[in-house]
Amino acid sequence: MAADGSGEALRVEHVAKRFGGVTALADVNLHLAKGEVLGLIGDNGAGKSTLIKILCGFHQPDAGKLSVAGEEVVLRSVDHARSLGIDTVYQDLALVNELTVYHNMFLNRELVRWPLLHNRRMRRLAREHLDDMGVNIPSVDVEVAKLSGGQRQAIAVARSVYTEAKILLLDEPLAAMGAKEGALILDLVRELKAKGDVSVIIIAHNYGQILEVCDRINLLQHGSITFDKPTSETSVQELTDLVVAEYRAARTQKLRPDPSTDARPAPGR
Amino acid sequence: MSDTIEATERVEPAPAGRPSRSILRRVGEEFLRRREASVLVVAVGLGVYFASAHPAFLTEPNLVNISQATAPAAIIAAGMVLVLVSGEIDLSVGVVAALAPFNMHYLIDYYSVPAIPAILLVLLISAAIGFINGAVTVFLKVPSFVTTLGTLYLITGVVLTTSHAYPVPIPPETEGTIRTWLGAAPWSTLIWCLLIVGFFHVLLTRTPWGLHTIAVGGNLLGATEAGIRAGRIKIGNFMMVSTLGGFAGILEAFRINTIDPNIGGGTQIMFIAVSAAVIGGTALAGGSGTVLGAFLGALVLAELQNGMNLIGISANPYFLILGIAILVSMIANVYLSRLRRAGRV
Repeated sequence: MAADGSGEALRVEHVAKRFGGVTALADVNLHLAKGEVLGLIGDNGAGKSTLIKILCGFHQPDAGKLSVAGEEVVLRSVDHARSLGIDTVYQDLALVNELTVYHNMFLNRELVRWPLLHNRRMRRLAREHLDDMGVNIPSVDVEVAKLSGGQRQAIAVARSVYTEAKILLLDEPLAAMGAKEGALILDLVRELKAKGDVSVIIIAHNYGQILEVCDRINLLQHGSITFDKPTSETSVQELTDLVVAEYRAARTQKLRPDPSTDARPAPGR
Repeated sequence: MSDTIEATERVEPAPAGRPSRSILRRVGEEFLRRREASVLVVAVGLGVYFASAHPAFLTEPNLVNISQATAPAAIIAAGMVLVLVSGEIDLSVGVVAALAPFNMHYLIDYYSVPAIPAILLVLLISAAIGFINGAVTVFLKVPSFVTTLGTLYLITGVVLTTSHAYPVPIPPETEGTIRTWLGAAPWSTLIWCLLIVGFFHVLLTRTPWGLHTIAVGGNLLGATEAGIRAGRIKIGNFMMVSTLGGFAGILEAFRINTIDPNIGGGTQIMFIAVSAAVIGGTALAGGSGTVLGAFLGALVLAELQNGMNLIGISANPYFLILGIAILVSMIANVYLSRLRRAGRV
């Protein structure tokens, strides 16, 4: 493993979550080392988004526990999770198109020389920070609307890192992105990995691309982690086979009458 | 999409190439990029035209007329821009303007409140109406168009019922200094207007409040995720526009020296303020707008009405031109912002 020994960033133990009669998460166990990049893959409906919403404090789990940096925590809200250094970068959601790059970088954390914004300082710090992270944009003065999807995502990530996120959850960062734009994000993740201060969980639907930056891959199926291997010990082929096997299993199960007492289908492996 | 990435990669040597662009062109581009630019051109153009068309246009009494027509609309528009930028609208502000001088009259003449505290109380009441508009919109999730349509009729009813639809004289306690300063002196409304426009321009462009207003109107979900309390921003903006409405109503009452239920022409002053904001480049969808632009928009409308009056065109085609002005400026606004977004201006 790439980043063991230096301590643990996040541990999830026996987490379960139900919505009414639907079991979204049955029993999730997951760990993330400091500085590690974990790829979390799984099909639609596997529970990825529920897990992310629990990790970022939006949902509270029905059972199980979370530990951040070795200490058990109950995440009360998104703000609470953020104060512990857990930040989620959603696809394109948290940037304001009408504002400049540097205003977006400092949104709601503006530097103020009372009562006015300290624009010069924010502009300089944003520039420095983006250069530092290797994010290449023409100018921090442009409105975010003028940037490409990849550049926007990069700015959202850079903002989270700047606001001292220790654990970054990247929710499908490569979806709806061209190959070049995807490369921008992957480079950024590599850059973060090289620095080693931030742990990253990349949630992906399509795992082909993310495999190359991840240290380890977890597969979420039917509300449980059913597969956990270092990237070096697995391959795109193996992961593809797993998902296809799951698909086949699901199909055969649909043909059989569903025993309603067990909402959880058999593991696909 | 891939073009943009290539552009990024090419940009690196740009800082070296930049100074080669002529300063004049950069000033020109900077000017074009400012959304107030086109309205400023129109305002100056109209001024030049009417000045050449009629010698009385540039005389002091006429300039006072124009300033007095501009001021109340621009004062209300300053607050309206903030409300619009945060993604809402306030239809009730015009009748808040009509209510305010009546409230002053009731407080001074019936409850013997001294003049200055009475005026401050009136502004407080106006702010409270704004709070109600905001709270109903934010907490009960009624669209602000509907909320303020309701308060618009409600307040109209209050004004007409309590005043029996008759005008009353200005309270004698306010005669003299107060009246002179608050609207009666020829240039006083313009001075208040410029102070307020300047203040709100800085508020929108240079403070965290303004930044959050843009963020809330531009991307409500994103702003909320960044931890901005959107409800607080919206309610605050409703309170500001309502307070400005009350203040404009008091200025108008002192200027015309009577307290008339028709101050602001019912909904008219509100529509003029919205028109001024829109002509000045404020998007109704939220996220962008300028207070200076709205001021210039109000000036353009006042110039039009006054100038057409001078050169003997009846008041009726004014509405024709107002309608065309709104349509043209809105189409230009949409088109220009698309160009800006594509990075061509």
